[in-house]
Amino acid sequence: MKKMKSNIALSESGFVFNPNTGESFTLNPVGQQLFEMIREGQDYQSIRKKFLEIYEVEDSIFEKDYEDFVHLLHSYQMMEPDEQA
Amino acid sequence: MTAKKRYERPAIKRLEAQMPNKFGLRTAYVPMTHVDGVAVKDLLKEHGSPLFVISERTIREKYQEAKQAFTNRYPRVQFAWSYKTNYLNAVCNIFHQEGSWAEVVSGFEYDKALANGIDPRLIIFNGPDKHEEDLRIAILNDSLIHIDHLEELYSIIRLADELSKRPRVAIRVNMDTGVFPIWDRFGFNYENGQAWDALNKIMRSGKLELTGLHCHIGTFMLSPSAYGVAALKLADLALGLQQRYNHEIKYIDMGGGFPSGNTLKGAFLPGTDTNPGFDALAEAITTPLVNSNFPANKMPLLILETGRALVDEAGYLLGTVISNKRSSTGKRITIIDVGVNLLFTSFWYDHKISPAQSFSNYTEETMLYGPLCMNIDVVRENAVLPLLNKGDQFVIHHVGAYDMTQWMQFITLRPRVLLIDMEGRAHIIRQRETLESISQYESVPEHLKKIAP
Ligand SMILES: Cc1ncc(COP(=O)(O)O)c(C=O)c1O
Repeated sequence: MKKMKSNIALSESGFVFNPNTGESFTLNPVGQQLFEMIREGQDYQSIRKKFLEIYEVEDSIFEKDYEDFVHLLHSYQMMEPDEQA
Repeated sequence: MTAKKRYERPAIKRLEAQMPNKFGLRTAYVPMTHVDGVAVKDLLKEHGSPLFVISERTIREKYQEAKQAFTNRYPRVQFAWSYKTNYLNAVCNIFHQEGSWAEVVSGFEYDKALANGIDPRLIIFNGPDKHEEDLRIAILNDSLIHIDHLEELYSIIRLADELSKRPRVAIRVNMDTGVFPIWDRFGFNYENGQAWDALNKIMRSGKLELTGLHCHIGTFMLSPSAYGVAALKLADLALGLQQRYNHEIKYIDMGGGFPSGNTLKGAFLPGTDTNPGFDALAEAITTPLVNSNFPANKMPLLILETGRALVDEAGYLLGTVISNKRSSTGKRITIIDVGVNLLFTSFWYDHKISPAQSFSNYTEETMLYGPLCMNIDVVRENAVLPLLNKGDQFVIHHVGAYDMTQWMQFITLRPRVLLIDMEGRAHIIRQRETLESISQYESVPEHLKKIAP
């Protein structure tokens, strides 16, 4: 389960502030929607279902983009470390 | 079922307190959905991806713009189409219809010009490698031969005897125009006296008709003043011939080299901002000629062999995204179906690339790699583009010059070339290559025909 750090702030216009690093970010509209869902704690399957419903996108492409996005959130130190199995 | 929304890759980008970078602050881009009124989507669907598209309208408009700039300032101006820049016959014939002569640099190009129906007396034959047979034909046809070196000069004098003809010749002159590097490998040098030496040999032979003086000082020249220096030096030679031999040359040929709208690699500003424009170039060239001591009724004809500046903007390369990924360091990589096999000029330029469909305003920096399984296949090292996904289409601008002559049949076949005419109709002017068309040049020896032991 991917979990976002609780102190990450998102403004209505799509700006993100990470108080842990002091950095700001912008999101595109699709990115903002995905960001919000991750922040709410939704898991991949429910996010995927929602996206395939709303958007004209292939399953495999979305999966790849999702992985890439989450990877970036990690690299920007916005995610809690992955739980080790 | 309601239509689904257009998907764009989800993206997050760190805001950096940046200095304006080399992309300036304009990360905004305009999608290019149509070429001369024809939808990119439809073109790619019908003709396959990638696809070269040439705008006849843009060629004619550019030509007229250049011509106006010169004829506004000088009484007698003639363009000669530089075949090597783009020798697709349809393209050459647009220039010929507009009134251009032909400028060729090989027997192959010479034959192409003849086959296009141009009067051989209006073919300028340049270049260091004119074969004996080429020279013979050019002399018999009364074409204009621009001599590159002394060996060629001696061959022409010998052939003049042999054929009992008086060949029409010019010499190519190289010189210091204040721009470095000096292009001194072609022709005869002005400063060190080689040019005069050649001219004296021609005049004293009594066997050649010295019709003109030629130079081509470089390519993608951003400085008009270099042309001013060159024009002055050629005028000086012309007036010297008048004095020494009482000989009037018919023309001064200033060659090509005007820049197009492309952006040279490493340039800080986009090419459209640094291009001096035809007016400034025409002003620099014609001023020294008009102010020189030519009698007003005997101004030499001014010939221009402008190549890339007349055709680059008319060419587009349409293509499709194959994939995107990240490099080991996290950099975005976009793989497209256009590589350096089709875009030779990506070694010189940072080509402008537009998406062919609209996106949000969000952009990212990406490397653009072509489809070749080779490390050299880099189309842009760094481009700012919207979030392209597999299947998205794009348009690469300013590919009319040299790409359709220096392209390589490497790893894959070359695609179709279309011309969009003045009425917006598309014509195929070069077919997509096929395995058969490429294989016809090969033969396999009998003992290698069977591969089973
Ligand atoms: C002799 C000569 N004339 C004209 C041209 C056309 O040059 P450009 O395309 O730079 O105008 C060339 C190109 O190298 C050339 O060698």
